[in-house]
Amino acid sequence: MSGPNTEYDPVAVTPLKADEVEAMRVAALDAVAAARDLEALKRVRTEHAGDRSPLALANREIGALPPQARKDAGMRVGRARGDVNQALAARQAELEAEAEARMLVEETVDVTLPWDLTPQGARHPLTTLQELVGDVFVAMGWEVAEGPEVEAEWLNFDALNLGADHPARTMQDTFWLEPADGGLVMRTHTSPVQARTMLQRRPPIYVVCPGRVFRTDELDATHTPVFSQVEGLVVDRGITMAHLKGTLDHFGEAMFGEGITTRFRPSYFPFTEPSAEVDLVCFVCRGREPAVHGCRTCKGEGWIEWGGCGVVNPRVLAACGIDSETYTGFAFGMGLERTLMFRHGVEDMRDLVEGDVRFTAAFGTEI
Amino acid sequence: MRAPLSWIRDYVDLPEDLTPADLAHRLTALGLKLEALHAPGSDIVGPIVVGRVLSAAAEPQKNGKTILWCQVDCGPVHGQHGIVCGAQNFGAGDLVVVSLPGAVLPGGFAIAARPTYGHVSDGMICSARELGIGDDHDGILVLDPALDGDVKPGDPVEELLGLREDVIELEINPDRAYALSLRGIAREAAIGFGVAFRDPAVRDVPAPGGDGYPVRVEAPDGCPVFTTRTVIGFDPAAPTPRWMARRVQLAGMRPISLAVDVTNYVMLELGQPIHGYDGDRLAGPIVVRRASEGEQLTTLDDVTRTMSAEDLLITDDSGPIGIAGVMGGQTTELSEATTHVVIEAAHFDPTTVFRTARRHKLPSEASKRFERGVDPLLPAYAADRVAELLVKHGGGTATDAMTYVGGPPESHAITADVDLAARVTGMPIPGDTAVEHLRTVGCAVTVEDGTLTALPPSWRPDLTDPYDLVEEVARIVGYTEVPSVLPAAPPGRGLTRPQRLRRRVGFALAGAGLVEVRSWPFVGDADFERLGLPAGDGRRSTIRVANPLSTETPQLATTLLPGLLATTARNVGRGASAVGVYETAPVFLPTPQRLKAPILGVAWRPDEADLAKLMAAVPSQPLTLAVVLAGDRQPAGWWGRGRPACWADAVQVVREVARVLGVEIQVAQGSREPWHPGRCGQLTVEGELLGHAGELHPAVCAAYGVPARTCAVEVDLDLLIRCAPAVVHAPRLSTYPVAKEDVALVVDADLPAADLAATLREGAGPLLESLRLFDVWTGDQVGPGKKSLAFALRFRAPDRTLTEAETDAARAAAVTLAAERHGAVQR
Repeated sequence: MSGPNTEYDPVAVTPLKADEVEAMRVAALDAVAAARDLEALKRVRTEHAGDRSPLALANREIGALPPQARKDAGMRVGRARGDVNQALAARQAELEAEAEARMLVEETVDVTLPWDLTPQGARHPLTTLQELVGDVFVAMGWEVAEGPEVEAEWLNFDALNLGADHPARTMQDTFWLEPADGGLVMRTHTSPVQARTMLQRRPPIYVVCPGRVFRTDELDATHTPVFSQVEGLVVDRGITMAHLKGTLDHFGEAMFGEGITTRFRPSYFPFTEPSAEVDLVCFVCRGREPAVHGCRTCKGEGWIEWGGCGVVNPRVLAACGIDSETYTGFAFGMGLERTLMFRHGVEDMRDLVEGDVRFTAAFGTEI
Repeated sequence: MRAPLSWIRDYVDLPEDLTPADLAHRLTALGLKLEALHAPGSDIVGPIVVGRVLSAAAEPQKNGKTILWCQVDCGPVHGQHGIVCGAQNFGAGDLVVVSLPGAVLPGGFAIAARPTYGHVSDGMICSARELGIGDDHDGILVLDPALDGDVKPGDPVEELLGLREDVIELEINPDRAYALSLRGIAREAAIGFGVAFRDPAVRDVPAPGGDGYPVRVEAPDGCPVFTTRTVIGFDPAAPTPRWMARRVQLAGMRPISLAVDVTNYVMLELGQPIHGYDGDRLAGPIVVRRASEGEQLTTLDDVTRTMSAEDLLITDDSGPIGIAGVMGGQTTELSEATTHVVIEAAHFDPTTVFRTARRHKLPSEASKRFERGVDPLLPAYAADRVAELLVKHGGGTATDAMTYVGGPPESHAITADVDLAARVTGMPIPGDTAVEHLRTVGCAVTVEDGTLTALPPSWRPDLTDPYDLVEEVARIVGYTEVPSVLPAAPPGRGLTRPQRLRRRVGFALAGAGLVEVRSWPFVGDADFERLGLPAGDGRRSTIRVANPLSTETPQLATTLLPGLLATTARNVGRGASAVGVYETAPVFLPTPQRLKAPILGVAWRPDEADLAKLMAAVPSQPLTLAVVLAGDRQPAGWWGRGRPACWADAVQVVREVARVLGVEIQVAQGSREPWHPGRCGQLTVEGELLGHAGELHPAVCAAYGVPARTCAVEVDLDLLIRCAPAVVHAPRLSTYPVAKEDVALVVDADLPAADLAATLREGAGPLLESLRLFDVWTGDQVGPGKKSLAFALRFRAPDRTLTEAETDAARAAAVTLAAERHGAVQR
């Protein structure tokens, strides 16, 4: 900016006349309005608001005016410049918005294109089911107990009232490990975890134990030599079969939905007495007339076999050092494959065994 | 156990309109589980009638066969029929069974008149097999007046031959040996319907002594009771009555001859196994003794068996003639010439029979019953019943006297609180009811001061404990009456930390695009060969299965890779082009000294030293994580080509799992089968070996039939989880500005990047916030045998803005240390 003009020439200050300034303002505003794009607006800005624009030059001349004229001229030029700048800013915003809108349209993509750079992973449904079962019981305050798959014969059999000469031993189709007198087997059930638990902790005991077990069955659509069970064990004061029933009713509902109840049938297991088979009301026909007739799931029975259970045999308590006068207990065991097959309509056991990723992938990480 | 309904009804008056299904459901509710209902003959449609063969002309055929062209009189209603028959075992005058056109035989075999061998055969003359009542297909069933009485042409045969029957097949639990008999099943049916039971074992038997066959029992512990009866003058040609043969057959056994069928019939009827000897082939007295080690005997099934000293033998002067309670010997077996039958009905020790049957892998109808527990009072009754039936149907005389050696083991009384059943079952069972139900099952019960004393009946050797009585009471009250009460557990601790972390690992692996697999833990030497494991490799030290599923895989897995590789190959074989699978499972590591786990007592808790010994013998079974990556890790797509899985993906899987657990792992150049020797990362955590990850050896890929350059991981997941910090401490953040410096260093090509990074970290000191490798170069620019590694370094101080001089100094220190230690030259 130039300093005060002491030698002003009245002719030179003509541009500061009101109509001149107004003309500059109007010309600038017209130019702003006429700018079609940001590039044009940039030029307009230089032309009408830049250092060498008429209004800037006029502003420079204010100092040259006689003092009495400076105030009016200053106000006039200032207002005009203000108007122009405002118009520029407004137009700038307008044009930017337009440009952005245009750009966004141009950038449109086909969002249906796949982007599956990471293949789909999944957990085995039996694993997820095991966890689900664990959660059902943990929610009631139970704990999840564990034991090894290669197990001491004593824990797998003897401690569970299955002595060496018990006929039921031969029913368990055991994988025996060498040497013959090594006292080790592939566990045939999750029940040795009962014994381990009772040997390791004092009542009250409320545990479930899901895990892999082994029997020398041939693989077919409904059998596999390597399968999973979930074992449940409660030892506490005053425990009865009614508590067993209540627990299994709850478990059945948690697995198969509301209204699913269980039924006991007398059975035999050396480690429980009394012993029972547990049937579930068929979750397809619910055992109701007339749906039960011709129901393929339960074969018209209205019930499906689910597992075994009973009151812990006092002999088992004794072998584990628990006083059967003070404590009673119950135990149950279910096949997880069977549970999964029912729950998810798996038709062939081999699908659970063969590791075909197409089968497992369908289950994702939650079932 | 298969029980014909008509046989059950012999001993119990069940409601007339009771269906087999209703009976079976009631028995199931009592503990005899329905296995299946059979209705043989239910698909038969008449007319099937008696016919008299009027003529039978043999007509040789061009095909070499000879047929009989018969004229058969089928009675006044059906008249005479001309029938072509291929069998030759009958002739004119014989009475046969004819199924006439319109009849349907078992299996839906419809009969119609049809032209054959130049005649129209107007019906069929039936064999026992075609009628569904026997296996005999060789010949026609010729009716026998001695068996079939006064039958005439035209009489229907359904009833006569028992063609239609209802049979209930029950699964008998090992504790209910008494139900391996019609006597036992009928008793349960009587209990189930609250009706009277007629015990077929209740009969008058002669007093012991007299001229019974001489018997000496030298091992009374193994043979508490041994009885014999003798029948002389028996007609070995006498046929078995049709009803008896049919019942034996319906019960699942094969009719053989009258003498054998009678012994089987009585066993099925009463549950007492019987053995019959040809008395003329016995030499001297029967002696029951333990075997001498190595003694030999050829059993009925024509197998010569070598005895162990524990086996119990039946012998005579000639040596062994039978394995007690398991199977008889060949030399004294009943034959087509036997006229002198010595009947053995004995009681053998269950354990002895069980062990012997198991040792010789010789389960029999007899051993099945003895090992579970037979009513010890039965022998005398059963022997008498056999004698009665033999004489009735085969003639001869049963000597009045009998041999009876020993005496039945005593039943032991059980005492229990009268309210025990109520207390254990949670059902409101009054004491009186409990006592009543125990009496119903045959116990003699007395009650005093709230305590009951129950003497179990002889047929219930399984009742030994108070809780056994509870089950008896409960099953009669009905298991369906048990109320449903959810027990209130005390507050629990939730999942353990390892349990939670295992779940996290599973989710991380699935999130990384891997699919979980559950393999069988069985491997074989061929797997170790395929993996290329050297002779001394620790993974070859395995636990062996004595009775493996397959002789190819008799060992327990010490590595999960064989299972995963087989699964990968299977998936590739089914068309998968990219496979990423993982498994978390234990591997089985034998204890170094191959410790044996003792068999401890069970009467009370074993002492701690014994338990410790037991636990120590259980092999270590660390949870292991294995991964196999084959084919593209990132698929091809519209964005471009796929990226094949490489060694780095394998290492990265472990890093990701470690990150989830908050564990820092170290990677070093490793070398271990089955990995590619130059592409194997050895992974450690806190100085302990965690496992390996990298690309597989090409030979391993070829051996398993998986794609070339398949990558794999195997790490000790238990170790990784153990190293997870119990508590993660919060980091201290500096808000002062960061100073960034890049460093490119030329080093020997074989220097691991991780080593150089560690040196830089050490050299740079505490001001270094992070370091990241961002480029690796080889080629002309860096020279042969060299590579250039470029790192981005970030420096920051916790308490001030770093000056340029400070940053430069730290960077220089890092470079200097790298130069000193690795000869690194800055580019």
